[in-house]
Amino acid sequence: MTDLLQQLVNGLTLGSLYALIAVGYTVVYGIVQLINFAHGEVFMIGAFGALATWTLLFQGTTALWVLPIMILGAVVASVTVAVVMERIAYRPLRGAPRLAPLITAIGISVALQEAVRLFYPGAKSKIPFPQIDVVTGPALSFAGVTVQRAAVFTVGALLMSAALLWWFVNHTRTGHGMQAVSEDKDTARLMGVNVDRIIVIAFALGAFLAAIAGVAQGLLNANVDFRMGFLAGLKAFTAAVLGGIGNIQGAVVGGLVLGVAEALAVGFIPGQFGGSAWKDVWAFALLIIVLVFRPQGILGARVVDRA
Amino acid sequence: MSAMLEVRDLVVSYGKIKAVKGISFSVDQGEVVSLIGTNGAGKTTTLRTISGLMRPTSGSIRFMGKRIDDVAAHDIVTLGIAHSPEGRRIFPRLSVEQNLRLGAFARRDNEVGKDLKAVYELFPILEERSQQPAGTFSGGEQQMLAMGRAMMSRPKLLMLDEPSMGLSPIMMKRIMSTVTTLQQQGTTILLVEQNAQAALQRANHGYVLEVGKIVLKGSGKELLTSDEVRKAYLGED
Repeated sequence: MTDLLQQLVNGLTLGSLYALIAVGYTVVYGIVQLINFAHGEVFMIGAFGALATWTLLFQGTTALWVLPIMILGAVVASVTVAVVMERIAYRPLRGAPRLAPLITAIGISVALQEAVRLFYPGAKSKIPFPQIDVVTGPALSFAGVTVQRAAVFTVGALLMSAALLWWFVNHTRTGHGMQAVSEDKDTARLMGVNVDRIIVIAFALGAFLAAIAGVAQGLLNANVDFRMGFLAGLKAFTAAVLGGIGNIQGAVVGGLVLGVAEALAVGFIPGQFGGSAWKDVWAFALLIIVLVFRPQGILGARVVDRA
Repeated sequence: MSAMLEVRDLVVSYGKIKAVKGISFSVDQGEVVSLIGTNGAGKTTTLRTISGLMRPTSGSIRFMGKRIDDVAAHDIVTLGIAHSPEGRRIFPRLSVEQNLRLGAFARRDNEVGKDLKAVYELFPILEERSQQPAGTFSGGEQQMLAMGRAMMSRPKLLMLDEPSMGLSPIMMKRIMSTVTTLQQQGTTILLVEQNAQAALQRANHGYVLEVGKIVLKGSGKELLTSDEVRKAYLGED
């Protein structure tokens, strides 16, 4: 029982991280039907943005009050990269065959990783991430279940971000414009929605959540690495598809399901197929199973022809 | 006084193919003007170009004296042109009320609620089903919603693309009588139709389009009684 609870806690932590990143894939896909495979790098840049903020301004400080400023630094870095990427790499390809932006995305992804590796001081190997009072330090323990402090931060960040995003999409003018664009671009333009602006906002929103995930990952692992966006991005993309790509709640549910499934596989599959070596196999196996039986994903709507 | 909408020598192409081959027409304040013609005559392309979704190859479009052929689509609605597109194009997963409120997206005033009421008065069925997803509606109901949504921007000029398409005769009558009601309330209307009879009966002026060119123009009555229109569009000998 304690084992099960422990794996659920681990899974929800990992799942919250996936969910924060997955939202970025799904929001952009919902608006422009583009899989931004460079989104994992936006997450990585967020982590480095937070690290750079700390190194430049607060080197040596562990006080909690620096955390919001580190998050701000992460958000500025991620959003800038995402918005510039949209403007110079994706916008000129709008209306091009789908393969073109897809290959571009992979190119951007490699370019961003290499840029960080070459130009961020010391980034050729892992860099320790600052440990902050309250959100890191001795793990908490509840009835035999160990909970890392950074895990509490991660799950809390997901809950707050998801609530904020939900409010934004449903209760702001821009959010309503986003809904219209995701249903029908041309008709949205007839309503007076500036589609280019909405697309930039979609990229920025995704980057905002990815930046927070970057900080969470840094706190959880106590280090950052220019390669960290690759697998995390792939897993988050899996989570977005699992939940139903284009559906924001789906991305959150998909992330949590994927995280929990991975943790349970690590904890409970016996013998050589268990343990952390096989967890990625089980995660992608889950994706394949869901795609076979429910191709639209857990919460995705079947695409219906317009009447 | 110059016309509210003035289209001059308009040419619109899809790649190398010209869909509209140099047409000129105008719409005066308070009028209903009908563009009729068969499939592929260029009617929809003309409306899409006026509302900024397409760019003309050459020619000009003026609205209230100002050139609008290089204005972005999302700014054109702010100038006072609403376009109810071919096939209705309501937002299927959004509720009726969300659809109508999106019609007022470009507005910054606080009278949207009042106009919502006015649309509900015009089409009471929309109020009954205001929280339902619009995709569950019948064709006629979707047409009412599309027209109501266009009215929510408080347009000076309302462009309707084939509002009668696929509707039962009763529903068509209902939609067409709404056109007259809106005209009486002061909205200028540019009506595109394949159904020549219905469109010309209510039109102050009409233009007949054939493969991208205007082949005939006149008052609604003149066109209705002209031999060419009777033969080609009303199925009479």
